[in-house]
Amino acid sequence: MSGKTILELRGVTRTHGKGAAEVHALRGVDLVVRAGELVAVMGPSGSGKSTLLSLAGGLDSPSGGEVVIEGTTLASQSKAQLAAIRRRSVGYVFQDYNLIPALTAAENVSLPQELDGLSARKARVAALAALAEVGLRAEADRFPDEMSGGQQQRVAIARALIGERRLILTDEPTGALDTETGEAVLRLLRRRCDEGAAGVLVTHESRHAAWADRIVFIRDGLVLDESAPLQHAEDLLVGDEAQP
Amino acid sequence: MSVKHSLLAVLADGERYGYQLRAEFEERTGATWPLNIGQVYTTLNRLERDGLVEPAGQDAANHVFYRITDAGRDELFSWFARPVTRAERPRDELAVKLALAVTVGGVDVAAIVHAQRKHALAALQDYTRVKARLDPAELAASLVLESMIFQSEAEIRWLDHVEARVLRHARESQTTRVERPADPGSAKGGRGAAPTDGDTDTATRTPRTTATARKGKTI
Repeated sequence: MSGKTILELRGVTRTHGKGAAEVHALRGVDLVVRAGELVAVMGPSGSGKSTLLSLAGGLDSPSGGEVVIEGTTLASQSKAQLAAIRRRSVGYVFQDYNLIPALTAAENVSLPQELDGLSARKARVAALAALAEVGLRAEADRFPDEMSGGQQQRVAIARALIGERRLILTDEPTGALDTETGEAVLRLLRRRCDEGAAGVLVTHESRHAAWADRIVFIRDGLVLDESAPLQHAEDLLVGDEAQP
Repeated sequence: MSVKHSLLAVLADGERYGYQLRAEFEERTGATWPLNIGQVYTTLNRLERDGLVEPAGQDAANHVFYRITDAGRDELFSWFARPVTRAERPRDELAVKLALAVTVGGVDVAAIVHAQRKHALAALQDYTRVKARLDPAELAASLVLESMIFQSEAEIRWLDHVEARVLRHARESQTTRVERPADPGSAKGGRGAAPTDGDTDTATRTPRTTATARKGKTI
């Protein structure tokens, strides 16, 4: 993988509490995710997967080490600068969809772009295109409580994929979806990475992790190992070409 | 896999010669189980002997065509109707290996489980890459590939379960040793030896020394 480095974690630690109640959620994680690459993070509950994702997206600050997004060290940024990075460079999809209940699907999707100064009309056009991509064009003007869990999740995905986000962070993005819709979401994520974004997918489902280029295993706040394809895919497709 | 019934299934569509049968079988099943051409001809001979197929002439290039008989069609549809008995599951060797591993001293079972999981995940990544490139209209090939995907996933889930069982067993054994003061060497590596131990469930607390704790890697 030779793409530009989009996300880098350098010796990142995260500790909650003090003394006897001290919990080491992450204990020194190094991770590089490049443009065009989708990296899955797998591990048991409490292994630090979701903490890693929050730190990678600047939603939480590390106790030690550095998080760097597109060459910018997050710790050196003011709150306003950090908010701008989160809005412009990073798309998030979390288990709970984090939609604003008082806004329609299209408004939820267009909000980050409007906050960045795009006109309401242009932001809506982009939002409708993103909603169409996740099969929700007809639901654009519905409010979250008028949609199923699966539809709300797809709105959250449209919001994460809109604009020029170079880093897409997802935590169990297919949780509320049936197998086929879940797969459609993973195809979208895969395509966005193939087009040049960097993606991190936290999941406990091996079938979902298999869409990634690399699978990183995390245990007790440490990266244990990683897995890559066997490269037998070509054999499966081609078979034996011998002819009489 | 039944080569006999696979060939009957392809012949149910019309007459074919050996290489055509093999090519069509592979096309329909996503080339996931390549057939040896020798196997195809041996099977055709047996099918002819049993009255399930019959020769249907030759073309200018001397290809011998076969057609399915009524008896062959009956055999094919009764095969479709019969549930498959998984008498030889591919992971049986793995189950036996792990069963033996937990009985042999000094074997890091968690490491075996992890290596197997990594291998299964890599295979799953391969299948998924192929699937991502398949035209969704290729239903037959997609179904075979998805079967492999779900089987790999099942193996990985089972491995996760094995790992959890082994870890729990190790912790319970250590607890038992710590609680028995007469047991020599019981203080080392037991739960009571961990300096900040005050919680029995949270894996993210200050780590304890266990047989499976390994060093993190830089990636």
